[in-house]
Amino acid sequence: MSETHVHTGHHADTEKPQFYVTEEHHPESSTNLGFWLYLMSDCLIFAVLFATYAVLGRNYAAGPSPADLFDLPLVAINTAMLLLSSITYGFAMLQMERGAKAETLFWLGVTGLFGLAFLGLELYEFNHLIHEGAGPTRSAFLSAFFTLVGTHGLHVTFGIIWLVVLMVQVNMRGLIPENRRRLMCLSMFWHFLDVVWIGVFSVVYLMGVVG
Amino acid sequence: MTSNTPAHENAHEPHHAHGHEASHGSFKSYMTGFVLSIILTAIPFWLVMGDVFSSKALTVAAIMIFGTIQIVVHMIYFLHMNTKSEGGWTMMALIFTIVIVAIALAGSLWVMHHLNANMMPMSPEMMKNMP
Repeated sequence: MSETHVHTGHHADTEKPQFYVTEEHHPESSTNLGFWLYLMSDCLIFAVLFATYAVLGRNYAAGPSPADLFDLPLVAINTAMLLLSSITYGFAMLQMERGAKAETLFWLGVTGLFGLAFLGLELYEFNHLIHEGAGPTRSAFLSAFFTLVGTHGLHVTFGIIWLVVLMVQVNMRGLIPENRRRLMCLSMFWHFLDVVWIGVFSVVYLMGVVG
Repeated sequence: MTSNTPAHENAHEPHHAHGHEASHGSFKSYMTGFVLSIILTAIPFWLVMGDVFSSKALTVAAIMIFGTIQIVVHMIYFLHMNTKSEGGWTMMALIFTIVIVAIALAGSLWVMHHLNANMMPMSPEMMKNMP
């Protein structure tokens, strides 16, 4: 945050007083801050969905409850996939810092595979639930569940699409400043999704099974 | 005073040709975050799957506490949050968001709880005749 300096004092006789900051000390790019603000607004979307789940999550309409439905070992594996994808994305960023294109692409690829594994397991779970008759139309609890977890899954889907696009970009153009900036944004997005998932597995799965 | 700020911005990572702002993690910080988050994930899963506490309230409280700690760990080690990046504006945005999220969550639960408590109780016969 900037202090406003009023240049009066001994220059006052030669210069007009200035009521604004003379040295702009912006970082070169404000993309990071802008992207962070986007993530915060995304955070609000998830907050509203969490609130909806918190309100409706006990309304089973005489249907199945979380303890009947959720398979915790599967959720644990799913969580591990997302955590691993977070650390491999971290490795990709470290390689990017070194300017190593091939290694960056390798770790991005590994991240994408973990992301796909996460999505695959989630789709398997959704499919399983719907076939058991516990689809989103069954009860308020299940509507809220599918909306919240589905929105997170959609974010991961778009993250993977973004990741693939960036891998093509890095492959074609190398680690140019533009691509570094894009990788930085995706890094924030990806880690942010991991943070949201912490909320999902704590509030929806673990607390749901406890009852 | 005025010459302080640019000097401080150049001081961090002088080798960095593109002068990118946000601090990046090191291998060590990523691994620290990873190990911590594994532990903080494993404990609540173990508490629930192993039925460690007999009291539900205690288990729920433990899940909430470990979840919160893990979110903070991710913010610091993976998202590189600190009070200095972008001149403190990321932290300001985060604090603002946390306040809004707290109001939305607590407010929804509060209002809906009272709404529920004040609803006319429904008998099974009424439920059957519902549209």
